[in-house]
Amino acid sequence: MITLDQVTKVYSIGGEEVRALDGASLHIAQGEFVAIIGPSGSGKSTLMNIMGCLDTADSGIYELDGQRIERYSENELARIRNRKIGFIFQSFNLLSRMSAEENVELPLIYQRLSGRERKQRVAEMLALVELSDRKSHKPTELSGGQQQRVAIARALAAKPSLLLADEPTGNLDSRTGKEIMALFHRLHAEGNTIVIITHDQNVADQAPRRIRILDGRVQEVA
Amino acid sequence: MLWQCIKMAMKAIASNRLRAFLTMLGIIVGVVALVVLVSFVTSAGDAVTDQVEGLGTDLIRVSIIDDGGRPLQLDELPAFTAHADIGAVAPTNQISATARFGHESGQASVVGTTFSYAGISNLELLSGRFLQTADVTNSTHVAVIAESDAEELFGTSHVVGAELALDGRPFLVVGVIADQESLTSLLMPGYTIYVPYTTAVRMSDNLASAVTTIMVSASGTDMHAAETAIDEMLLNRFRRDADAFEIFNQALMGEALGQITHMLAMLMGGVAFISLLVGGIGIMNIMMVTVTERTKEIGVRKAIGAGRWSIMLQFLIEALVICLIGCLIGVIFSLGIIEVASIVAGDLMDFHLSPGAVSVAMVFSIFIGLGFGLYPANQAAKKKPIEALRY
Repeated sequence: MITLDQVTKVYSIGGEEVRALDGASLHIAQGEFVAIIGPSGSGKSTLMNIMGCLDTADSGIYELDGQRIERYSENELARIRNRKIGFIFQSFNLLSRMSAEENVELPLIYQRLSGRERKQRVAEMLALVELSDRKSHKPTELSGGQQQRVAIARALAAKPSLLLADEPTGNLDSRTGKEIMALFHRLHAEGNTIVIITHDQNVADQAPRRIRILDGRVQEVA
Repeated sequence: MLWQCIKMAMKAIASNRLRAFLTMLGIIVGVVALVVLVSFVTSAGDAVTDQVEGLGTDLIRVSIIDDGGRPLQLDELPAFTAHADIGAVAPTNQISATARFGHESGQASVVGTTFSYAGISNLELLSGRFLQTADVTNSTHVAVIAESDAEELFGTSHVVGAELALDGRPFLVVGVIADQESLTSLLMPGYTIYVPYTTAVRMSDNLASAVTTIMVSASGTDMHAAETAIDEMLLNRFRRDADAFEIFNQALMGEALGQITHMLAMLMGGVAFISLLVGGIGIMNIMMVTVTERTKEIGVRKAIGAGRWSIMLQFLIEALVICLIGCLIGVIFSLGIIEVASIVAGDLMDFHLSPGAVSVAMVFSIFIGLGFGLYPANQAAKKKPIEALRY
């Protein structure tokens, strides 16, 4: 379902070439729960950007859901992100002016779903993360854990092929972090494909499959 | 999508009301300037045009300047009306006299004329009668007075049959006419009293019996035909001497006034438009700041799946909504200002909102919102999602 084959990404910073990804190859099947672990500067973020269709590879093949992601236009990439990727960020990235409900609704608006469908889906997603009673609250009126659950609901709303979480527990205390990880396990059990990118070994250890990234190359961790 | 964008725009504006209002202020001031100035000019223009029309648009005034030793006599006038294009002809002269009734007295403009004058000048008779041919023939001491003048002098407007004194000579009031609402009558103090032409001549040492001023009306609506006709007849009368007389066409004056006010309105509107433009620059400025401030939001939206066009539309509509709300507030303010001006001006002038100015302000506000919103919206739309997310 996700295949990376000899993916390379080179940045040029101050005239110096940095090989952020250097022939990274990887396969993730549908329904897997994978942690990608690596120190900062290892190419973690670049890998996430490419997997999340925020950026495209310089060379190599990236296939998502049977579709080869090539040098698409920005709008085409946006469409793919909208339908196939659910992002979960370390700092939640909820829109502060909007209520929980409206935040979850956002990707559905970009999908141009009808108002009734959106409402139904939003209710369903908020129920899934057990925040139905907080639907009208603004992000500032929610705790960190609750905010992250809203963000997860938003990521799930479009029913994506892949949930891509970047340090999802990084801004949370350990107890709330555990709750969020438990939620990921539940979503995994329901059949979602989840990739967590982290530098935290404890978080990574909770995933059934672990992949280490170092100097732009990936390797399985036994 | 459009509706969602409008909702988002309202939310963004509501989240920073003071800033939004300050941004709108530029547009509000511009719209108020445009609408109020243009409304004032057109109202004033309409008022002047109305007065000119009140004097009779089908009115031509002829002044005899140099009769070349062959003065125009009163009994020559009926011949002019024989022409098919000419409706009526009335001579006028004017002297000033002291009007007195009992202890009440005041300065009066005494206008000497004939029966035709009432029709030519659109005088509306309230009671009694206007001057008649017999009055002119016999130089009778009869007078026609305006309603408000009668009330001032006599204390009542029921004065037909009453007697007043003009420079000590007794005059019988035979008719009362409605006040002519005009700036000239407000600006010219004193009474206006109409008497037979010949009587006025006798009252004055300076007035000759020769006719020097004639009012002419067209038979139909064709003023130019009437003007040509009277011109031709007078040329014949004065041995083809074009300098003997001067023709003054009231309708032409009305047209000229209309053109002047139109030009003035355009000029005022142009000046006001500049302030609207400055308001637009203010909006662009704030939108640039907003786009920078909301870089993260743009990144999140793009990550979630917003395309360039969606982001563009969102910020463009935000600029447009600010402009339109500003325009609406501006129009409401203008309405208030014009209302107050109308109250202050009282009877002198009736100010009204110029619908043309309002629609021009609306259209320009839309264009300014779109024009000045485009650049910031494009800046927002072309942000790279990765960089925007990192902001």
